[in-house]
Amino acid sequence: MSAPAIRSAQAELPSRSPPHMRDRPSSSPLGKPVPRKEDDALLRGRGRYADDVPAPAGTLHAHVVRSPIPHGVIRRIDTARALAHPGVRAVLTGEDVRALSDPFLVALKQPIPQWTLAVERVRFVGEPVALVVAEDRYIAEDAGELVEVEYEPLPAIVDPEDAVAAGAPLVHPDCGANEVSRREFTYGDPDGAFAAADQVVKLRVDYPRNSFMPMECFVVVAQHRPSDGSYDVLANFQGPFSAHPVMARALRVAGAKLRLRTPADSGGSFGIKLSVFPFVVLMGLAARVTGRPVKWVEDRYEHLLAASSGPNRVTHIEAAVKSDGRILALRMDQMEDYGAFLRAPMPGPLYRMHGATTGAYDVQNLHVVNRVVMTNKAPAGLIRGFGGPQLYLGLERLVQRIALALGMDVLDVIRKNLVPSGAFPYRAAAGALYDSGDYPRCVDIATGAGRLEELKRRRDAARAKGRHYGIGFAAVVEPSMSNMGYLSTMIPASARERAGPKNGAVSLATVNVDPLGTVSVTADLTVQGQGHETVISQIVCDQLGLKMDEVVVNLEMDTVKDQWSIAAGTYSCRFSPGTAVAVHHAAGAIRDKLARIAAKQLNVLPGDIEFVDGMIRSQTNPDNGLAFARVAGTAHWSPVMLPDGMAPGLRETATWAPPELEPPSGDDRINTSLAYGFVFDMCGVEIDPDTFEVRIDRYVSMHDAGRLLNPLIAEGQIRGAFVQGLATALYEEFRYDDKGGFLTGTLADYLIPTVTEVPEIEILHIESPSPFTALGAKGLAEGNCMSTPVCVANAVADALGIENVPLPITPMRLHAILSGPEKTPPRQAKAAPAGATAARREGARELTGSGAVTIGAPVPEVWRALLDPENLKATIPGCHALDVVGENHYRADVSLGVGPVKGRFRAEVRLTDLETERSGRLSGGITGPLGDASGAGMLRLEAIDGGTRISYDYEVAVGGRAAAIGGRLLDGASDLVIRQFFERFASRLGASSGAPSVSWWSRITSLFRKPR
Amino acid sequence: MKPRPFTYIRPETVAEAIAALSEWKEAARVMAGGQTLIAMLNLRLVDCEAIVDISRVSELSAVTRTRTHIEVGAAVTQNALLSRPDLAQEVPLLAKALPWVGHFQTRNKGTVCGSIAHADPSSELPLTLALLGGEVVLRSTRGTRTLKAADFQRGLLSTARENDELVVAVRFPLGAKGEGTGFREVARRHGDFAIVSLAARARADAIDLAVGGVADRPAVRTIARADLSRLDDIVDALAADLGGFEDIHATARYRRDLVRRLARPVIDEALSCSA
Repeated sequence: MSAPAIRSAQAELPSRSPPHMRDRPSSSPLGKPVPRKEDDALLRGRGRYADDVPAPAGTLHAHVVRSPIPHGVIRRIDTARALAHPGVRAVLTGEDVRALSDPFLVALKQPIPQWTLAVERVRFVGEPVALVVAEDRYIAEDAGELVEVEYEPLPAIVDPEDAVAAGAPLVHPDCGANEVSRREFTYGDPDGAFAAADQVVKLRVDYPRNSFMPMECFVVVAQHRPSDGSYDVLANFQGPFSAHPVMARALRVAGAKLRLRTPADSGGSFGIKLSVFPFVVLMGLAARVTGRPVKWVEDRYEHLLAASSGPNRVTHIEAAVKSDGRILALRMDQMEDYGAFLRAPMPGPLYRMHGATTGAYDVQNLHVVNRVVMTNKAPAGLIRGFGGPQLYLGLERLVQRIALALGMDVLDVIRKNLVPSGAFPYRAAAGALYDSGDYPRCVDIATGAGRLEELKRRRDAARAKGRHYGIGFAAVVEPSMSNMGYLSTMIPASARERAGPKNGAVSLATVNVDPLGTVSVTADLTVQGQGHETVISQIVCDQLGLKMDEVVVNLEMDTVKDQWSIAAGTYSCRFSPGTAVAVHHAAGAIRDKLARIAAKQLNVLPGDIEFVDGMIRSQTNPDNGLAFARVAGTAHWSPVMLPDGMAPGLRETATWAPPELEPPSGDDRINTSLAYGFVFDMCGVEIDPDTFEVRIDRYVSMHDAGRLLNPLIAEGQIRGAFVQGLATALYEEFRYDDKGGFLTGTLADYLIPTVTEVPEIEILHIESPSPFTALGAKGLAEGNCMSTPVCVANAVADALGIENVPLPITPMRLHAILSGPEKTPPRQAKAAPAGATAARREGARELTGSGAVTIGAPVPEVWRALLDPENLKATIPGCHALDVVGENHYRADVSLGVGPVKGRFRAEVRLTDLETERSGRLSGGITGPLGDASGAGMLRLEAIDGGTRISYDYEVAVGGRAAAIGGRLLDGASDLVIRQFFERFASRLGASSGAPSVSWWSRITSLFRKPR
Repeated sequence: MKPRPFTYIRPETVAEAIAALSEWKEAARVMAGGQTLIAMLNLRLVDCEAIVDISRVSELSAVTRTRTHIEVGAAVTQNALLSRPDLAQEVPLLAKALPWVGHFQTRNKGTVCGSIAHADPSSELPLTLALLGGEVVLRSTRGTRTLKAADFQRGLLSTARENDELVVAVRFPLGAKGEGTGFREVARRHGDFAIVSLAARARADAIDLAVGGVADRPAVRTIARADLSRLDDIVDALAADLGGFEDIHATARYRRDLVRRLARPVIDEALSCSA
């Protein structure tokens, strides 16, 4: 298959230069599509990832024992057998952690203490309960199976709307409710606007729980120095470094006594690697307890189960509109589900977009209710896009609904409401100060040049043939570099005053020149693969007239030796408006210093000096110059030759903190970010009428991210974000059943799109430089995570004429919406025995089935056998031992399995509701390392041709590991195991009968017969 | 995701392999490509005391052709078979189905016999073998026996293989002159487990249709050409009869409707390339 050519266009050059920017010499690499310096090593397998860093001698390896249940009280943990296992050096539990550390700090003042291991209770499947530390990982995992944890299960709450209902089980009883934060915001006069509206258009949207999953999972190597009580930890932590004080406080040490280091390369992060921080603390404690370095590498199962995710959100949104399409006001109620704990800086996604809640639209009347809800799911955290995808799913779906309600073209509604050209800087209703842009022009360019006409032609041609084709749009404002004060919008203004202001965002970078004239740079970043090494080199070369390979960038963070602030790290697109500016200023300071040194030696004025091709020379007389290295050497070798008053040495650290990032105002307006880019997406999709698969036919993504520092890297970032946006739209979701069981524990069930599933896209740019940043650049790496899910959803809504578009848009879900009654339903529909409907509610945990066996023995004999423990022991598949607990109540050790999969379980079985020789209820449960199951079924006996027919139906709920990783086969497996029981029972009693079995199983073999 | 301890046995000959199986019996698992087994070991889904790795048994690495079939040895990888130059003429359906098995990388290690021995209800190769009426050759220290595909695969991940037996080869009947075949699969992503897979063979007087992914093993139905006029009713009844499993990606109803909607195009494909 030949891929279409990449169509990335510079749509038009900017009309004005950014401020503070010199004319750039043509030799400067800044703004050019320079290939990434990082890629040679990465593509040759020579990356230096966290797991590749040599571990210190004597390093032990850790394995985390995790909760198999979603909610329960820990009654007892017995570590004796694990500790006795050869090679095990320590087993830590919640009690150890409580004794040695403090709970993590959280912005929200609520009694939600979280330690790094569960204390007293577990609150989600996968919650760490114990840590086994051993000589190697294999031993640690073997011993992990020997840690005995006794739980008293509690009812779990999964759905956020159920969680706020009266009488719901409480995730944190001390909070008194599962809704732990609720704030209401009013800007302008929304009530007045709604009263004046011609129409009110309402919509409810559900944003799913998903991740943008790194290839590399969490890695921590921790050491403890008893001599000064300090910790030294290498971790692939990404920041924000506001989490560093959280870790230090948990470890009960001063900040400088937690030395946190990050590796040279990253196998991806996307926000998820904030959440390694609890494990930094846990491995630190393990190192302290064992006196040895401790290493932990998270595996994929752990990562899927409990690493992190974006929060799921339920949004009720409504617009007051005039009949000409003008939006007068918006109201939204946003309920965000953070799972079982709030981890710093949560609930960030609910507030990070707050100032920009009205998106790309000029709407000054706004009412917002923000609610934070706790459930028995894994804690949510930082994720690429961070609140944007959730916001725009509601807002941009609503715009499509408004157009339908008014009988207008969607584009006309968008154009009518966009922040107008020339309105910048523009203050949005909730306080964001949009720095620059030209939104209408972006829409014109994206839909121009025949692009929209072509989409319409393709749509009309498809519809003429009866196919489902739709067109979708999305216009989003993409913020970059967060205001550190945004989270304080969550607390009332009066409380903010008491706490003291929080605002701003500090960026730091250091440029150093050695005696040979080689430049090295460090900065307040962690490497995550964006190409920062390349762009930093471009910025430095731009200032100093050097070649790319003459600049060495080292972004391994060392919190004891490097510059950083709480804003440090790689997140919220802070590089281009933040660290890049600090690099620019630090390199500028070096340039100024070198210019003064050279001016003295060349006998010219510093203003006449230029830096070109490794030379520092006079602009007016280019022959009068010195090599860069020669001038740099002066600062090291010959302080006396320096201009008067100049300090020797060449090392400059620059700090950058934009004044526009003010704290929230008394009326809760907050400029949540420094720079605001714009994305306008347009796509055409087609839905297969047979399989209900969604195919992206065309996708256009138009960007204005201010000045592009490197168009090649910009394109890579846009493509990457697009893939993840597509994943949100069509593929990725963490699924839980309605009892809190986790269902997506492998990459066969958590579906990350591969290159085969990703269509080619067309990328367009204009550049409206930011007036607030020295380089005019804004972030652009998150935009498509925000725009693509809703753009695709809008296109699907257009294709199918549906209001509620379920995300991810799976074929199964579209089939459920679009398929009518079944022509011939199966004779034995898989339905709950208690007369439930045939279609299982999505998320329902119970697997159901039914069957029958015929036994060549009379009913009384069969009945006696059913109640006979000896017979049961022989009948229960894989039964090793059977204890009679009470009348018709047994405990047994059983080996159960299907094909190669086998596990040992403790089983408990009861026979109740007995009607002699007629019916009974069989119920019970099994637990073991593979997981747990509980179920019940009714048995009915009837005499038939001198024998007995037993018919049964059942309902089984499977949890733990089996449900998380074996979901695809569970339905069949439960059928099989239950059938085995009855077939063994039948064959024991009725070997002589020869009566044909009429089980469900035999229906399959009936396929070989002719149809009726 | 580290396996429990086990004994690793790597025989050089079939005799050594079956001797090991006869010694360890149910405590042993046979590994060929390991593309399924190693993941299951790492997830601790499989608990065994010994792994018998047959990937280097040279006797098992051949594909041989007779007058009636090709016989694929137990160490032959899926890609090795797929790259056989005459495969599309010899067993056209195999050439159509094999590219759907996993990914290129997994096919480099995964074996044809391993897939059939594992008996996953969604797998393409058991479906192909069932539709074509192929055979499975089993050997133990007790002797050799050959089973029809329908007698070999008993259900979900379950086969007629005894604990001491080794699947040494499978036999795919050669395509007959004038026959046509069709294959279609629906999965969430390329290379995923099939939600539904369908294969068809058009013979002179009848169509064979096989359905995978819906029930606990491939279901094969033969439809007389004379009955093709009521194909929709036949397929509707077949779907209802199969019932279907549920998982988070597909309801049973969705699976049944895929069978109803895709059977005809697969049969049409088979008819269009038959003589």
